[in-house]
This record gives sequence, structure tokens and C-alpha cells, in this order.
Amino acid sequence: MLRPFALYRPSTVAEASEVLAREGRETSLYAGGTEVLLILKEGLLRVTSLVDVKRLPGLGEIRSENGHVLIGATATHRALESATVVQARCPMVAGVARHVANIRVRNVGTVGGNLAFADPHSDLATLFLAFDCVVRLEARGRRRELPLAEFVRGPYETAREEDELLTFVRLTPWPAGTTGAYVKFGLYERPTLSVAVALMSGGEGGAITGARVAVGCVGPRPQRAPEVEQRLRGWSPSDVVRHADEVARLAARDIEPVSDLHGSAEYKKDMTRVFVKRTLLVAAARVAGRRQDEHERYPHTIIV
Amino acid sequence: MNAIPIRSSCNIRFTLNGRPVELDVRPEALLLDVLRDRLQLKGARRSCDMQVCGACTVLVDGGPVSACTYLGLEVDGHEVLTVEGLGTEERLHPLQEAFIEHGAVQCGFCTAGMLLTAKALLAEEPSPTLGRVAEYLRGNLCRCTGYRKILDAILSCATPGGEQR
Repeated sequence: MLRPFALYRPSTVAEASEVLAREGRETSLYAGGTEVLLILKEGLLRVTSLVDVKRLPGLGEIRSENGHVLIGATATHRALESATVVQARCPMVAGVARHVANIRVRNVGTVGGNLAFADPHSDLATLFLAFDCVVRLEARGRRRELPLAEFVRGPYETAREEDELLTFVRLTPWPAGTTGAYVKFGLYERPTLSVAVALMSGGEGGAITGARVAVGCVGPRPQRAPEVEQRLRGWSPSDVVRHADEVARLAARDIEPVSDLHGSAEYKKDMTRVFVKRTLLVAAARVAGRRQDEHERYPHTIIV
Repeated sequence: MNAIPIRSSCNIRFTLNGRPVELDVRPEALLLDVLRDRLQLKGARRSCDMQVCGACTVLVDGGPVSACTYLGLEVDGHEVLTVEGLGTEERLHPLQEAFIEHGAVQCGFCTAGMLLTAKALLAEEPSPTLGRVAEYLRGNLCRCTGYRKILDAILSCATPGGEQR
């Protein structure tokens, strides 16, 4: 059961922003409702109105722009999975979108809602860090962009001002010759731990010229592991295999996990080591042209 | 400026199991309550109430949604299918026949959601693999069968050419 509320259905961003400014903490943004309706039912959020952003024109679009992929905030996970531009430019994103939560959530849940809710156990927030994601925030007469890493401040907390709307996210596709792997582990609806790895191997003899490593769900917000990314540079796939354990320890050292229902901080730190290593091994195998079926070996794990 | 919110009741018209319905609903009315309490359709069940279990699954324009976490007024202008509209007592839907044949039903609480999710899958992909069926049904929980018989039942309907109706 939900407490009574009024539903605003603005038709422009400016109008929505005006309602947000006026109603302040008495209102909340609403798109797919997969997050906000849950916390309203639980009584974790109390509002007198919701602002439905699904009718704002253009916000459901997914398109190419100046070499980037631009994703509208109200695009659903399913739209992300099936968009040809995503499949062509960021196939890893389409692949991960196919494994978010369950089919019902993917069918109505939106990309913008997922990021703006800032649940620490978000697949997209972790993955998008590996695509140097930038989010666009708009209010009446204002617009700004900031990196996803600055947008997500902590659990359920973002840099969004009260009258701002998240309207688009922009991803930078990986360069040609990049091999990625996304591994998530968990027994619940939301992942307990997720790791995204990209190895750019344009160098001589398959040497790695750049790398992205992002770890999510274990701490208050997803994090890149810059020191690990630095170390991977110049390595061959067999170097990655040889030193996977060592760099995985480095990644685990720099992560600050928090204890929650998914496990203790200590457990998560150790699992970070285990899963960074596994993800690196999957990615390295793919660089070397091998496709291992790891699903059987690692229980409760989804590998994209 | 169109900043007048819907505060009380809102008139919606939609197609429910093939028939037109017109109803006044409040903004906070959940689709599950509209179906069960207003329209007396008890096929969709409230179980986890947090869109994890799939017992409340209904199809909106052919896509599965959790009726427990979906506002009733969102179906305005759309097509809703519940298990009551899947087949008739005289003529069951092929998926229902297959569930009976394979013994894919025990307590039955999850069955409506399983059937509707399976219908959505087969409409999208008429010939899915076992792995794909398991992946698509991941969000529909069954505490009785161990899933194997449900997967077998769905796969038995997954011939090239897909569903008959």
C-alpha cells in the first residue's frame, strides 16, 4: 500500500525543474518506479507528490553524438540492451543491461533512475565508470555536466541539486582492439560485488596500452582502481595471467568496503581480490582469443 | 504551464484480457490492487511485494511488469494481460497444457507469473535455448518444483514458429 500522493506530469524539463524547486523534499522524481515505489512502500521515503519524467520529450533517446554514446535518462534497461548504437559501439553495455535485476525491472526501470537513485549495488554505475561516463544535469535555465564518479557521492546520495534533473548520460566507447569483461557475483537480486575490466591491446605483440578496472557494490560507491590500471600498461596477456593475483591484491587494498546484508567489510575485501583476479583472467583469455566458459566454475556468478 | 498534478481520481481506459475497461483510480493505487480488489482478478499474487519473486507478473503491451510495484494509472491506453486472459477453461493456452503435462505446478502460487513471463519470452524468441529460458525466468521464483519441470514445460512449447496464439 502506498500513502496518497499527487502525480505531476510535466511536459518540459523547465516545468519539471520548477515543480522540484517548489516542492523540495516533499516530492521525488519518478520514472520506472522500480526504486522509488519500493522505498515509498517501505516508508523509507515520504513525499506528497511524485514528478513523472517519462513524458519529457527526447529523454528516452539513445544515440551517437560526436563519437560518444548519449543515453537519455528515461531509456529503459531493455532499450539499452536492444539499441543498435549501443550494440555496435558499447556491446559490453548491451550485454550487461541484459542481466540487470530481472526482466520486469529491465522492462520499466530506467538508466537515469538507476544512477540517480545511487544504490551502491548498481550494475550500471560500476560498468559506466569504465566508459568514462559523464552525466548531464538540467534545471530551468541551467545545464552542467560532471563525471559519474563525482555525481555518485555515496549510498543513495548524488551531486544533483534539488531542482535538477538527470537528463542524459554520455559514454566514451572503448577504442578498437579493446577487450572487456564484466563479472558479477551474488545470491540476491542486486549484485554483492561487480568488476568491470577493459584491456586496450593495440600495442606490439598484443601489449596492453591502456586499461580500465572498476569495482562496484562492495563500498559506498563504485571505484576505479587507477594503480592497477597503471600496472597493467605494457603487459602482455600472459603477463596479466602471471601477475593477476598480485594486482588483484592491489585492487583489494585500495577498496574501502562496508558491511551490509551482503557480507562483512572483511569478506568483501577478500572477495574483491578473488573477483578482480577472475575478471582479469577472463579478459586476458579473451585477448588471447580464448573464450572460457567460466559460468560453471564460479557459482552465483554472471560473466558478460 | 501544465503544473497541475493528478491529486485524486483519474479516469483510465485500457484493454484487459482483450476487453475494454474504464475505471477511476487514485495515483497511488498499485496495479496489483486494481486488478485484485477492483476487478476481482486474483491470478496475480502479492508475495514478496518488492518485485523480486515474480508472483504478481502481468503483461503490459506484451512486456512483463511487477504489478506490485507499478502504478495502476500507467496502464491507461495500454493492453494488460493477466493469467485469466491466457486461455479459457475449455481451451487452455499451450503453455498451460505443457505445465500440466510436465508436472510443472505444485502449490501453484508462482504459476501465473511463470506462464506470463514464458509467454513474453516466446513472443520475443520463439526458439530459446534452455540457458536463455533460465536466464529470462531468473526473476520468477518457485519454492516447490526446483525449476526443472517448469523449464522443460516452456521448452516443449518452444518450437520454431513459436506460439500458436
